[in-house]
Amino acid sequence: MNPELVGRAFPPTAPYLVGREKVREFARAVFADDPQHADPAAARALGYVDVVAPPTFAIVVQELTLQQLLAEPDTGIELSRVLHAEQRFRCTRPIVAGDELTGTLSVTAVRAIGGNAMVTSETDIRDAAGEHVVTATSVLVVGEGEQ
Amino acid sequence: MIAVGDVVAERSVHLTRESLVRYAGASGDFNPIHYRDDVASAVRLPGVLAHGMLTMGLAIETIVPWLGDAGRILEYGVRFTRPVVVAPEIGAVLTIVAKVGAVDDDSARIDLTVTHGESTVLGKAQARVRLV
Repeated sequence: MNPELVGRAFPPTAPYLVGREKVREFARAVFADDPQHADPAAARALGYVDVVAPPTFAIVVQELTLQQLLAEPDTGIELSRVLHAEQRFRCTRPIVAGDELTGTLSVTAVRAIGGNAMVTSETDIRDAAGEHVVTATSVLVVGEGEQ
Repeated sequence: MIAVGDVVAERSVHLTRESLVRYAGASGDFNPIHYRDDVASAVRLPGVLAHGMLTMGLAIETIVPWLGDAGRILEYGVRFTRPVVVAPEIGAVLTIVAKVGAVDDDSARIDLTVTHGESTVLGKAQARVRLV
């Protein structure tokens, strides 16, 4: 595991356009039955322009940034040895269909624990206007391998 | 008004292998340990596991009908403390109880307990929510 990852700058991901059917599909997958996730009229009644994504939907954009991290040639991270230890979302507003989101990754900490490394990464997710929507924070435990 | 200790919502969710495949497609997480027994056993897991993010996602949805607006959720975090094995035939039943952990004038901390059989599978599963 490479400690020099901390502070490395990653480019923002290409804009991700949140589709209404994607929100419905994700909502169904997390057993989210509330009408605001599926019915545009129910979402509009709450003041939103379209269906409201479930709170953990931000993982879809965060995942794109974690792929950037895994694609770095010098990380020492191998996907099959990665374990998800902690996850957090800090929201300014919910994601709604029609949003165009970009995620920017930063690695905030790398700590060695036994033979493993704990990697904390933060993905700052913003809309097309550049306004903050949600920050997704992951703690991954990365095994060192056996070579 | 709500008070510390109040149960604001609860439910049970029955996960099957189909649930895991559905979540894989919806989220884009196609790690095969979530749908292939041979891969799960090759990396010495006790069986095919539910995505941690599926457990996290279905847990928070328990309180959305009570809140009325998912936009009231300001912060939500969990630790993944125990894997949820989803057996091919019987699946796995998760039970979620949402309790008020702390409350002030305009927000509250909701503590989620997610259990599978006798075990709690998430640690420190807490959401900060806006009440007004």
